Amino acid sequence: MSGYPEYMQASLEKVKATRQARLEKAKAGREVVKAMTLAEREEVLSNSHPDYQPDARKPIRVGLNKGEEMTSRVVDLLESYPSINPGDFDLSEPDFDTDVLIIGAGGGGCMAAIQVANAGLNSVLATKLRVGDSNSMMSQGGMQAAVNPHDNPAIHYLDAIGGGHFDNKPELVEALTMDGPMIAGYLEELGVMWDKDSEGICNTESGGGTSRRRMLSCRDYTGAEIQRVLRDEVKNHPDKITIVEYSPAVELLLDDAGEAAGTLLYNMETEEYTVIRARSVIMSTGGFGRLHIKGFATTNHYGATADGLVMAYHAGAKLLYMDSVQFHPTGAVYPEQILGFLITEKVRGLGGQPVNKEGKLFVFPLEPRDVEAASFIRESTKRGMGVKTPAGRVGVWLDSPIIDLLSSPGTIQSALPAMVRQFKRFGIDITQEPMLVYPTLHYQNGGIEINADTETTLAGLFAAGEVSGGVHGRNRLMGNSILDYNVFGRRAGKAASERAKALAGREAKLSLDHVRAFRAELEDEGIPETSHAPILIPEYRNPEILKKHRKDYDPFIGRFL
Amino acid sequence: MDDKEVEVKAPGPEPQAGPACPDDKPKEKLIPVFIYGKRFFVPESFTIITAMEYVGFQFKKAIGCREGFCGACATIYRLEGDYKLRTGLACQTVVEPNMYLVQIPFTPAVKAVYDISKLKPELTSIQRYYPEVFRCVACNSCTKACPQEIEVMDYIQEIKRGNLAKAADLSFDCIMCGLCAVRCPAEMVQYNIALLARRLTGRYLLPRSAHLAERLVEQKESRYEKEIEKLKGLSREELTKRYTERKLDFKVF
Repeated sequence: MSGYPEYMQASLEKVKATRQARLEKAKAGREVVKAMTLAEREEVLSNSHPDYQPDARKPIRVGLNKGEEMTSRVVDLLESYPSINPGDFDLSEPDFDTDVLIIGAGGGGCMAAIQVANAGLNSVLATKLRVGDSNSMMSQGGMQAAVNPHDNPAIHYLDAIGGGHFDNKPELVEALTMDGPMIAGYLEELGVMWDKDSEGICNTESGGGTSRRRMLSCRDYTGAEIQRVLRDEVKNHPDKITIVEYSPAVELLLDDAGEAAGTLLYNMETEEYTVIRARSVIMSTGGFGRLHIKGFATTNHYGATADGLVMAYHAGAKLLYMDSVQFHPTGAVYPEQILGFLITEKVRGLGGQPVNKEGKLFVFPLEPRDVEAASFIRESTKRGMGVKTPAGRVGVWLDSPIIDLLSSPGTIQSALPAMVRQFKRFGIDITQEPMLVYPTLHYQNGGIEINADTETTLAGLFAAGEVSGGVHGRNRLMGNSILDYNVFGRRAGKAASERAKALAGREAKLSLDHVRAFRAELEDEGIPETSHAPILIPEYRNPEILKKHRKDYDPFIGRFL
Repeated sequence: MDDKEVEVKAPGPEPQAGPACPDDKPKEKLIPVFIYGKRFFVPESFTIITAMEYVGFQFKKAIGCREGFCGACATIYRLEGDYKLRTGLACQTVVEPNMYLVQIPFTPAVKAVYDISKLKPELTSIQRYYPEVFRCVACNSCTKACPQEIEVMDYIQEIKRGNLAKAADLSFDCIMCGLCAVRCPAEMVQYNIALLARRLTGRYLLPRSAHLAERLVEQKESRYEKEIEKLKGLSREELTKRYTERKLDFKVF
């Protein structure tokens, strides 16, 4: 029985009808469709990628990046007023002193905390929700690491920097690709179960823009497997790592030299603020998917509201490539309940094909993500070859049943159990029917600028993972984000520990003067106080209900003024 | 009110592309559900999470990835006239008429502290930290509670037999939502026990990759440093040329 409405059946028949011919081509090892030249990539990007639309960007009027063009929604967030009044807080007696403060407990934060503990130092690992609640937990497809004999870190380097349109910072790409194999081994030592054959040889798949099979995986729960192991390891150091959950940081604290030295944590339940003082601060709060840039649905975790970006910018850290947004080509558009749901690139890595409403394969399935996404948008809109959903959205088919025909029956079930399960919950069997997909907001390509030791332009502040910028240039390749948070989380933990050791015994005098200065800058620019940041929690409540609230209710801070 | 049909705006962003299809605009029936005991009317196609947001809840707990990967939104519910206590993830479970639900944002759970490098991959390691595993009465409540449809009781039995690798395989899709532990009459925390079994399996029982070992030796000998140094020094034009001319090789090992 079909999981799709009656009116889609004709199109589904066409997908079925073309499958045999597409299958034979793929089986013969020929390119199923010619991959694009750089010029063709450029054309589809400039015509159909959301980043290239006229209203996509605007210059920012305040802060260190003043005058630079950034994604419009990001500019609005960074030009929002701070959510606290510095005068409300007594910073002279910190509530808690530690060596290293880590803000954000996803993959990068957990990896960093383990390194700090291994260095014999104490840390506070503070997080808005629970340890491990993060995009790291949700990544499915795999982690790139050049472990195959016909591959090496230099080839990985070339793939990553080409995929990033050559904007990546070379020293960061070097760190990423050279540390890759070591990280694969390190995670194995911690007990991560990589997919392997009986000889121990790791299964590897291709990803968009990779020139070798380089994707290590743990079924399609790769991120969950790594994150739950890292979280468990964090919890194996209760004497060294103090975990503080449900307590987002709202601003950084600086010392009298203007260096990062702590934070203000906000307990969302009791509304209490806590002053944390530290000798090094690591920002690992992840990305911005929940900003729904240009109205796109997102694959991201509920907490992905760019809090770290905002705090770091208030404190005077420089940002890089905040004009670039990654849209994942394959987000679910049907059924409506799982709108934006990530369909792993591994589906195409295994041979899945994007086809239009006529059943035609219209693009090479493994172009770099931005190119693939732009092609899907072009096919669905300009060319009118998409399939409409009952809710008024549009998408193209991702032909998954072809995977079992290409390999062997049961491949989809064993390699993509999460995908099968998610669609089955809503009545669709992806081993028999394709998925309907459309690009979805996936990743913050840019972020806080770092160097290979994860130092930001603000002394004392380190950054790792999606919140940082420069590693991926203006487009990240699949499988490089899991590698990113492991490589740079590890480096951040080590570098922050060294700084903390060097500053042992120092008790900084804390200040929020930078927040006052930022507010003054906003006022000088004549920017009205209509929004506050960081926003912490996205607003999804029914607007009809919000209309019935008291009028002095501030949805940005979630309470009455 | 029960039979009222309303036009419901889909949660989340506006439709992105293409004209809306007016004929197909969703007409949604509102159904009653009891959230923490209080009755609300919600659109019948919504998940528990989106239904709660629809009636005005803003989550600060019991919410996470919204895609079924993180286990933060474990929920217990009953349906009217049915004795059965059901379980699900609030982000993945569509509401049903007269559903009585409560979210479980946190499971009180034992999590042993250990040094994985000092353990052996055998039953004694589990027994030492989680002796309650032997209290299992094989009632299968855990399996019935699992929103991932994992054979929880079966993997516990495998652990009791010392077959950690099999338990690791059976438990692999676990998202640690805690619903098995909440329902267990033997009061064990299955998901933490399974995690230890998987870590022992990953570290000790799975064969190691010879390719990875060779690569690490090569890198210890600084095999690729020169090549990377060279790439780092290339101009954008030279790098573009190297990139476009690079050979694709998708050999399987």
